[in-house]
Amino acid sequence: MAKTLPKVDVVTVGVGWTGGILAAELAKDGMKVVGLERGKERSTEDYLHGHDELRYALRYELMQDTSKETITFRNNRKQRALPMRQLGSFLLGENLGGAGVHWNGQTYRFFPYDFEIKSMTEKKYGKGKIKDGYFVQDWGITYDELEPYYDQFEKACGISGEENPMAGKRSNPYPTPPMKSTRSLDKFAEATKELGYKPYRIPSANLSEPYKNQYGLQINACQYCAFCERFGCEYGAKSDPVISVIPAAQESGNYEIRYHSNVTEVIYDGSKVTGVKYVDVQSGEEFIQPAEVVALTSYVMNNVKFLLMSDIGQKYDPKSGQGVVGRSYCYQILPGATGFYEEEQFNTFMGAGALGTSINDYYGDNFDHSELDFIHGGVISITQTGKRPIANNPTPPDTPRWGKEFKSNSIKYYTRTLTIGSQGASLPYKENFLDLDPTYKDAYGLPLLRMTYNFTDQDKKLQKYITQKTAEISEKMGASKTVPNPELTDYSIVPYQTTHNTGGAIMGADPNSSVVNSYLQHWNAENLFVVGASAFAHNGGVNPTDTVGALAYRAAEGIKKYRKNGGSLV
Amino acid sequence: MSEQEKYSRRDFLKKSGYAAGGVVGGGLLASFITMQVMEDDPKTKNQSDGGSDDQFNDAFMFFTNRDDFRVLASSCERVFPEDENGPGAIKLGVPFFIDHQLAGPWGNNTKEYMQGPFYKGEPTQGYQSRMNRGEIFRMGIKKLKEKSQSDYQKSFQELSTEEQDKILTAFENDEVKMTGTTSAEFFELMRAATIEGVYADPMYSGNRNMEGWKMKQFPGAQMSYIGKIESDKFVDIEPQSLHSMLNK
Repeated sequence: MAKTLPKVDVVTVGVGWTGGILAAELAKDGMKVVGLERGKERSTEDYLHGHDELRYALRYELMQDTSKETITFRNNRKQRALPMRQLGSFLLGENLGGAGVHWNGQTYRFFPYDFEIKSMTEKKYGKGKIKDGYFVQDWGITYDELEPYYDQFEKACGISGEENPMAGKRSNPYPTPPMKSTRSLDKFAEATKELGYKPYRIPSANLSEPYKNQYGLQINACQYCAFCERFGCEYGAKSDPVISVIPAAQESGNYEIRYHSNVTEVIYDGSKVTGVKYVDVQSGEEFIQPAEVVALTSYVMNNVKFLLMSDIGQKYDPKSGQGVVGRSYCYQILPGATGFYEEEQFNTFMGAGALGTSINDYYGDNFDHSELDFIHGGVISITQTGKRPIANNPTPPDTPRWGKEFKSNSIKYYTRTLTIGSQGASLPYKENFLDLDPTYKDAYGLPLLRMTYNFTDQDKKLQKYITQKTAEISEKMGASKTVPNPELTDYSIVPYQTTHNTGGAIMGADPNSSVVNSYLQHWNAENLFVVGASAFAHNGGVNPTDTVGALAYRAAEGIKKYRKNGGSLV
Repeated sequence: MSEQEKYSRRDFLKKSGYAAGGVVGGGLLASFITMQVMEDDPKTKNQSDGGSDDQFNDAFMFFTNRDDFRVLASSCERVFPEDENGPGAIKLGVPFFIDHQLAGPWGNNTKEYMQGPFYKGEPTQGYQSRMNRGEIFRMGIKKLKEKSQSDYQKSFQELSTEEQDKILTAFENDEVKMTGTTSAEFFELMRAATIEGVYADPMYSGNRNMEGWKMKQFPGAQMSYIGKIESDKFVDIEPQSLHSMLNK
């Protein structure tokens, strides 16, 4: 029998970026906030001896324990979904700060085009441009409306950057100047300028100088130690939820984090939610935490899973195309090209997660799509995130995968390759969706989330086109040999690609085609907010965290309004 | 221990011309190298430390018999052989690295979802074996031994490197029948673990004396590159390990 606890104003399910931002904003405003975190506490002091590629990058020290909970996966509805038994394609986070601790810190805004993709595409190219089966839609919010929230998140992080001439208008400059540049970044900048593009430095949450944010919290200067992605920062120089927002909530005296607390149900009475049920995973005790407002602030997968398990909103049915929960799951694709340099050796082992330079000339509709059989595009970048030796063994094509020649080439080219990469936008397709698995269960007896996903024709065409552009840049940079990424085939859950999963509980202006409104308030439960990349109506062609942070600030404002006035916010 | 086994590896390599980058004939007995895995350890002992001569870590946590361990060691050496760049998997301690990894959480799949039902699945669905990695290694090594006997009537360590490569290639191409797993799955695990052992921090028993890092010019666990990141030239830095960071 679950024990019912005293009611609070707000309970958040998960304490990462979104849970941390809501807590900071709402607790400061006087609300009693409880954060339920399934994992453990952790802090900057825990990362001092963390320069260990095996433990953190290969054995996933900071990631979700998939023995307890994972997803199942299949490429299409005809296949039997099987458990993702180990992490691979993407790395789910766990413990305080969630995936916000092991991110790289690349903090781009989405572009005005993203939020009005359908209207803008149809206006310019006509209604037939968006092919049947693709649920491309406007987000129910414009870039200009979201801009103040981007500004708040970037101030919380202290983002280091410079004006991007092709981006949406900014109300304020970046809080700190761009990071230092390197030989390889300079080569990219020169080559792209020569090709007529407009390079700019990647906006970075690894800070170029010490910074104090709006909560009075200190973020330090990056040391370029090259252990960012999959690692925590021992300097407190990579903005993350634990250093940038959570202490602000704690200082208010209105915030409590309960660790080892795994939520199993959102309690829903058909029109409102009344709280959540959770289990203390160490004692096995069950609790009910009643709340005026429930915010789902876990990663994409569990935000959607809670809605499906608690039966809130209409589930997506791929046969009829009806329903919204679980629909519009998107990912990203990775066009790119690797340049091999016979004459020059680079300091590829140095770097920082967001150290890089980009162009947006092939983003969104910045290039003409009249003659192209796809829409959108992606950022093109060079990054110097720090190549570590186990995972980085670049060899020219035709090199065997093991043996003497493999050894020689992988050693030689470790410091003699530069990759030009892209993140291709991902558009929702009717056959790509999330639902509950009928067979497999997690450690608490709850169904696993089932992912049905494959790359689409749109993805394949975009991949091919942008890959060609990256190869041209690589050649212009003077690579002795450029090897373009292969064309897309079937999506595989096995090799790491990107932890930029989105959708499943998307935002929009119409309850028939979205789960939440522009304040991330659920259409079917006015006191439930579903916050995170689960709300993205499609995935853009840059890193998602800035938009996740902006939406969290937007939701915080929504919750404040809701606590004052109640009812639907739109 | 036979005279042959006592024969120092360094002398052997010198005489065979191997260390100097000479051509390695197909007749080279890999057994010569692997026999010494346990008896003639990689020379990583730093006498000036005043420390013990013993490599206490060079003992079995997972394996139970020497022959299995030697088969593994020979396989790893084929994946990452000694050459003009520097030491191979054996000298780097990779077999002990793998032994220790198999004895721990990785070998026992403690962070993997291991609930049934189990089905073979599509390649895009990844690991679907009901066996853990330790069990896959045990079976893979058993199959390596069997295939050596059936193809060449010799033990795996007695084969020439070319013969060993042929057998390993058959595993890689999934041509060897295994139950509960596949020969390709075993091969991929062995290959990946070998590379891990070459380049993981030396505290895990591989990458002896940071020789893996030195070959690749990776400086290990450095605290900061802020003074070097803007350099136009390549910067060669003496590596350091987590042990030395802890003791600073």
